[in-house]
Amino acid sequence: MVNLIIDGKNVSVEEGTTVLAAAQKYGIDIPTLCFLKDINEVGDCRMCVVEIEGRRGFAASCIEKVQEGMIVKTHTPEVLEARKMMLDLILSNHHKDCLTCIRDGNCELQNLAKKFGIKKINYEGSMNEHEIDDKSPSIVRDFNKCVLCRRCAATCKNVQDIGAISSAGRGFESCISTAYNCSLNDVDCTLCGQCIESCPTGALHEKENIDDVWKALNDEDKYVVVQTAPAVRVALGEEFGMEIGTNVAGKMVTALKEIGFDKVFDTNTGADLTIMEEANEFIERLQNGGALPMITSCSPGWVRFAEKNYPENLPHLSSCKSPHQMFGAIVKSYYAEKFNIPREKICMVSIMPCIAKKYESSREEMEVDGVRDVDYVLTTRELARMIKQANIDFASLADDKFDDPMGEASGAGAIFGTTGGVMEAAIRTAVDTLEGKSIDKIAYTEVRGEKQIKEATLNVAGTEVKIAVASGLANARKIMEQIKNGTCPYHFVEIMACPGGCVMGGGQPIKSSKIRATVDVAGLRKAAIYSIDEKSTIRKSHENPVMTKLYEEFLEKPGSHVAHKYLHTSYSAKPKYELGK
Amino acid sequence: MESNCGNCAALKVQEETLKILENYPREKDKLVAILNDVQERFGYVPQQAQEEISKYLNVPMAEIYGVITFYSRFTLKPKGKYNISVCMGTACFVKGSQAILDRVKDRLKIEKAGDVTADGKFSYDDVRCVGACGLAPVFMINDEVYGNATVKMLDEAIDKYSKESEE
Amino acid sequence: MKTIEEINQIREAKRKELDLRVNTGLDSREKHILVCRGTGCTSSKSPKIIEELRRIIEEKNIPNVRVIQTGCFGLCSKGPIVIVRPEETFYSHVKVEDCEAIVDAVANGTKVDRLLAKDIDGSVVERLNDLTFYKKQKRIALQNCGVIDPEEIDEYIAFDGYKALSKVLTEMTPDSVIEEISNSGLRGRGGAGFPMGKKWAFVKMAQGDQKYVVCNADEGDPGAFMDRSILEGDPHCILEAMTIAGFSVGANQGYIYVRAEYPIAVQRLKIAINQAREYGLLGENILGTDFSFDIDIRLGAGAFVCGEETALLESIEGKRGQPRIKPPYPANVGLYGKPTLINNVETYANVTKIILNGAEWYASIGTETSKGTKVFALGGNVVNVGLVEVPMGTTLREIVFDIGGGIPNGRQFKAAQTGGPSGGCIPAEHLDTPIDYESLAKIGSMMGSGGLIVMDDSKCMVDIAKFYLDFTVSESCGKCTPCRIGTKRMHEILTKICEGNGTIEDVEKLDVLANGIKKTAICGLGQSAPNPVLSTLKYFRDEYVEHVSEQKCRAGSCKALANIVIDPEKCKGCGLCKRNCPVNAITGEIKQPHVIDQSICIKCGTCVDKCPFKAISK
Repeated sequence: MVNLIIDGKNVSVEEGTTVLAAAQKYGIDIPTLCFLKDINEVGDCRMCVVEIEGRRGFAASCIEKVQEGMIVKTHTPEVLEARKMMLDLILSNHHKDCLTCIRDGNCELQNLAKKFGIKKINYEGSMNEHEIDDKSPSIVRDFNKCVLCRRCAATCKNVQDIGAISSAGRGFESCISTAYNCSLNDVDCTLCGQCIESCPTGALHEKENIDDVWKALNDEDKYVVVQTAPAVRVALGEEFGMEIGTNVAGKMVTALKEIGFDKVFDTNTGADLTIMEEANEFIERLQNGGALPMITSCSPGWVRFAEKNYPENLPHLSSCKSPHQMFGAIVKSYYAEKFNIPREKICMVSIMPCIAKKYESSREEMEVDGVRDVDYVLTTRELARMIKQANIDFASLADDKFDDPMGEASGAGAIFGTTGGVMEAAIRTAVDTLEGKSIDKIAYTEVRGEKQIKEATLNVAGTEVKIAVASGLANARKIMEQIKNGTCPYHFVEIMACPGGCVMGGGQPIKSSKIRATVDVAGLRKAAIYSIDEKSTIRKSHENPVMTKLYEEFLEKPGSHVAHKYLHTSYSAKPKYELGK
Repeated sequence: MESNCGNCAALKVQEETLKILENYPREKDKLVAILNDVQERFGYVPQQAQEEISKYLNVPMAEIYGVITFYSRFTLKPKGKYNISVCMGTACFVKGSQAILDRVKDRLKIEKAGDVTADGKFSYDDVRCVGACGLAPVFMINDEVYGNATVKMLDEAIDKYSKESEE
Repeated sequence: MKTIEEINQIREAKRKELDLRVNTGLDSREKHILVCRGTGCTSSKSPKIIEELRRIIEEKNIPNVRVIQTGCFGLCSKGPIVIVRPEETFYSHVKVEDCEAIVDAVANGTKVDRLLAKDIDGSVVERLNDLTFYKKQKRIALQNCGVIDPEEIDEYIAFDGYKALSKVLTEMTPDSVIEEISNSGLRGRGGAGFPMGKKWAFVKMAQGDQKYVVCNADEGDPGAFMDRSILEGDPHCILEAMTIAGFSVGANQGYIYVRAEYPIAVQRLKIAINQAREYGLLGENILGTDFSFDIDIRLGAGAFVCGEETALLESIEGKRGQPRIKPPYPANVGLYGKPTLINNVETYANVTKIILNGAEWYASIGTETSKGTKVFALGGNVVNVGLVEVPMGTTLREIVFDIGGGIPNGRQFKAAQTGGPSGGCIPAEHLDTPIDYESLAKIGSMMGSGGLIVMDDSKCMVDIAKFYLDFTVSESCGKCTPCRIGTKRMHEILTKICEGNGTIEDVEKLDVLANGIKKTAICGLGQSAPNPVLSTLKYFRDEYVEHVSEQKCRAGSCKALANIVIDPEKCKGCGLCKRNCPVNAITGEIKQPHVIDQSICIKCGTCVDKCPFKAISK
């Protein structure tokens, strides 16, 4: 333990602790901006400077390691003055259109400005002007709001191992840039959106489709159906001040109905459908010598990553569409027919924790007979904004249920929202199928938890099945390299682009650096997901009566010709960079 | 036709870049050294060269772009046939190099260092110190050093080269 | 691969042959014509002179005369310089056409009078060391510059080259070397002057299977060319010192990080490294001992910030040269995360001399806290522009007026700037400050790498501050807020003041901002970036105030505030100004007073300088 004095308090922390963490532990708050725990610890913005006795200048507390006998002062008038100057300088080169900014109210810079009582910019001067990149269907990059904290670039590089954006230029012209400052659409960006989650300001955000959806809702000719992904319900409440990890499924359904959607369905049901197909595909491959390992394909950021980086490995990807695409295809076929609604009148809206889903739904493969599976994808954040726009008092809403006949889902469908969930759900069904009976084991804890790559060996009907679960593209790359080198030992692999899976997707509520450093956001959201599973009466996809009926009435059997037409897709190599575009 | 020629040029860049890469192990720390060679070879760092380097070193293009734009020696565009470098080291500045630099901008009608005149004949840089402080102020046209320089000297040199290339 | 014996033999033989290089007036049949091939003289065509001299000698079949290329002689403003040894005859401003006369004179034992250099007082000087410029100098780091051919390892060996290394490898231990360096009082020549003995000891004590020795040759201060001159004139002394350092700290790999913009230095280093490897002075089992050490060159690519040691390490690792946070210091976590010793060129250049002559000798030179000598690149408004090496403690006045020969064109001394963009402007009242680390810091400047720019009274100090900030803004790496945005804002305020739009609040704002940046920036560069402003604010605040309250620039260099006018009383109508005006702003009949059209005038000042009657003023 190292003993030091912070603001006159005797402090004792482990060796290697930063001054910031030490202060935090003893209830002393130091403002930060560029700091993002474990991801971006660089000391660039100088907001967290403190005075250390015996030092010439100030030190950045976020990277300064504690030393025995250190005497730290965190809020002398000089320190406060220096921080205020830093803030002033940052604001002097920032588009301050806060009222119309997407991050108004949830902006770390705005919060600092409030905290420091900035009323006027002392060091006003020229500003860098940048074009806004909104070419991709998923993400908007507005560099005019960038504070050059580099959290996004660090996330892209250090967490996802992509490096689509990087520091470029020098001095005042420094910026975060893609190669040749091209659109994110045309480079190696996977559109996972983790950069958005890291951004303290409005420099990175999802491409909004709220207005499109309002328009569809107001169009009397449209029959607007909405579906919500499993991870949305455990995070949406945060946007209304609720505790992280609160399951607000009931209120969410009520809100969606109040907003005016004609039908409110559950993507979890789509997830069950995915499992029916995917488990079947896996068994097929296992028994008939298909490409193994088979890798899940419900994370579009991951799919884009594979297409851009590992075209030779594409046969390993499951041909299954993701749950919301499958569900969209079914709503616009089976459901439309059954209820006699012209399919072109149906507008399918997906509420997703993900921004890559916006890209996914725009892929040309995602349609059947010229009818798009999904028309609009909104993120959890966009849904919250819509609810606010509709003037709905979310917290006081009563619970409601998803609409029938597509409203029932199994617990297996629910756990799709977290890393390991798809694998666990698939295994529940595959094991039963291979064993030819219902097996009691439900929870496969081997594939739960925080490990980067989780692996397990199962004995199913006398066969050893090696499975692995990876989340985050850095881990996906490891698996892909193994396949490339012929050293991959697995039969079945689940990959999610976002670390932690969909609960931590790029469309989820954005948590400040401070919350991320002190609260286990992923853990709380995941716990809520698993609790939904535990409370479910049906916990295996193939036991969901909706599935039984669907196959009886429409799809025949998993992997059938009809199933392929509506529920499966294909992949193709994509250029990593299209800089000339 | 033109696009074919563009392809030929791209292929040539690719070929030459691969030749440069042969001299280096696939280690990321060689990036700056490789870029120095490429800049030396082409007079700028062509996009195709960056793509080859990216593949060879397994470094994302954005990172390569970031390194190129960090170092002033690396350029993304070819220079003019005649590149005028005005030394803006302190010794030259104190002896009036600002007037020469202003004159260059004025004559060439280009605002930014590294830009090229429409006809591709001229470009200019403001360089830090060409090491001829004893001759300050100094400007260079390609490799030729003009010491104890005056605005008039510059005018004459520009006149000479613009005439020469007209012929 | 040579043994110590063999190296000694080369030394003995070669030393005899080269005695005429240092033994002035030696009775020798051999004559050596030394031609400077430093960057300065090279750009004024010294390679052609060498070629021509050799051609004529061959053509005329003159025996016993050799033409040698050397490093910088120091007096760059007299370049191209040719020196004939052993007489030490000093020819200045030599042109290709002069070569024949020089060869003839050497052959006949005479001199070419018209090419002999003139001293400050106008008197003709025959020998190099008679020039006032050299009289107060003491050459340690520059010892071999201008004496040996830098591309010949034997010439280096002749003048005690690789003797220190032999001594270290055979008679000393790492600890005794470090003790020697420590006792000498040698301090880092690049920045704040960290004691070398301490630094070397830190690296030696650091835990690590692999350690590195790095030479910082990324000299970036505008107007500084000390390190380049050493590399160009005496590359082996750096290789030898780095090898000694490697032995002392336990490293077997060295890197020299040198600016790609120094092609001559790079070329000479490459040659030197190859020669040293051939002789077994680099590589496995140096001089037959069990010590192995090798050196590679890494080229910089034009980023001033890479002169900062941690940014330099990032650059060697192939990344953007952005400074790292310290601590940890490179001595513990340096290149590729390994313990690393980084010194600049001039620091290394002192090492071999300390080993050979002893710490006591070195410590006897200089002042109490600053030992040895310091090399300065003297430039700006001073008669003798060039490279000077003086004992620490020499006053600024001695450098500017005795060695530098004072201010040309009858103008007054206004300020001297040391430390480049990190340093400050020193006014006349501090001319008697002895040059050492502490004294310079006390008056708001710093030693820095050794740029010393003299400014006369035609320079506006606000404009000078703006010039340095302009440099800092374009060279800031952009990593931290205060340097990235703060220096930009300072530059904007300075521009506003120079354009006559400033207010007294702006001057105050500048002061606050400068002090804020100093305390918050990450690296030494950012922390010292405000120094040119702070020092001018300290010594020349009245000029700032004049700019904002009277819209006046007393030096007349702020164009927006300047009005160049011709005094009709004094104008004789000679027309010289009219002919020299680059924009044809001047009109007038011959023998009639001329006038300047202010709407056309670009305020370049050419007419002011050209007017023989001092009729034009700003």
